[in-house]
Amino acid sequence: MSNAILDDLKLGLQDIWPAALAAAPIGLLFGALAASKGLQPAEVFLMSLLVFAGGAQFAAIEMWATPAPVLALVFSTLLINSRHILMGASIAPKLAGFSRVQTALGLYYMADENWALAEARARTRKLTPAYWLGMTVPFVCNWMLTSTLGSLIGAAFGDPRRIGADFAFTALFIALVASLWRGRVTFWTVAAAGLASALTYRFIGPPWHVAAGALCGLAAAWLAAGREMPAALAEETVP
Amino acid sequence: MSVDSTTLLAILGMAAVTYFTRLAGLALAGRLSLSPRAQAAFDAIPPAVLVAVIAPSALATGWQETAATLVAAVAATRLPLLGVVAVGVLAVVGFRAL
Repeated sequence: MSNAILDDLKLGLQDIWPAALAAAPIGLLFGALAASKGLQPAEVFLMSLLVFAGGAQFAAIEMWATPAPVLALVFSTLLINSRHILMGASIAPKLAGFSRVQTALGLYYMADENWALAEARARTRKLTPAYWLGMTVPFVCNWMLTSTLGSLIGAAFGDPRRIGADFAFTALFIALVASLWRGRVTFWTVAAAGLASALTYRFIGPPWHVAAGALCGLAAAWLAAGREMPAALAEETVP
Repeated sequence: MSVDSTTLLAILGMAAVTYFTRLAGLALAGRLSLSPRAQAAFDAIPPAVLVAVIAPSALATGWQETAATLVAAVAATRLPLLGVVAVGVLAVVGFRAL
């Protein structure tokens, strides 16, 4: 293996491990909740392996019943994960160094965290398949293992709110947003997306808040950017 | 260890639509207009999506979570990823204990 590939694998692992550590209690929490709704550990394992989408999996568990309401679950998953369409469109031009197979496999496991880190990396250096692999494999394994473990431990885990574990996800995303900060336009984006999402959640309900918040954030960026110089270019000159 | 067939069907359906959403962006990418404003909106996708996902927990759960969100946001200007998570979690535990 060439040094460049090995280095990128290492860099990927180095960048993802804090996010994986933060996601571990979320995985345990997910497994414990799933078990309380009657899912078997094997089913939790399969869901984490095949779906690999935290937000959608939590929503699915919330609406879970026996037998599973297949159509409602699939529809809710589609709505919550529709943000991936925007994420994929944003990352696509940065996947130039990926073969077709690498793109197809890599995107199967595109989650908020590894995608956000990939976006941050693409700002300074070329995004490589090795970097993506180094980030994604440990992150996926971590999610599968912790969620399955959570379902095995189940009720014995106690109330995760006691140790603030439920907030780890929120804090993690705040840190990811900070790593993507680009000044004034980002400020209006974040303000609009946050307000619109929270209001939609309150008055209309999940899962609509994700799409509503994201679209309002984009609209705010469009307005804040104005017609002058491309905002991205103008702000990238400021370190 | 057992897998119920209806549960398996639900998992496969969820996996299929999720993979669809992850691939669909590829088709969209080449066809976007690149006026300065459109470019700014496009660049805003990452923060907009992340914030939209966490806003209910950050802003619509309770004052403790909202206060911890502010603390984490300030921490994010100084600390690396894991430090922000640690500070945020400690803050929420602290505020809930009040």
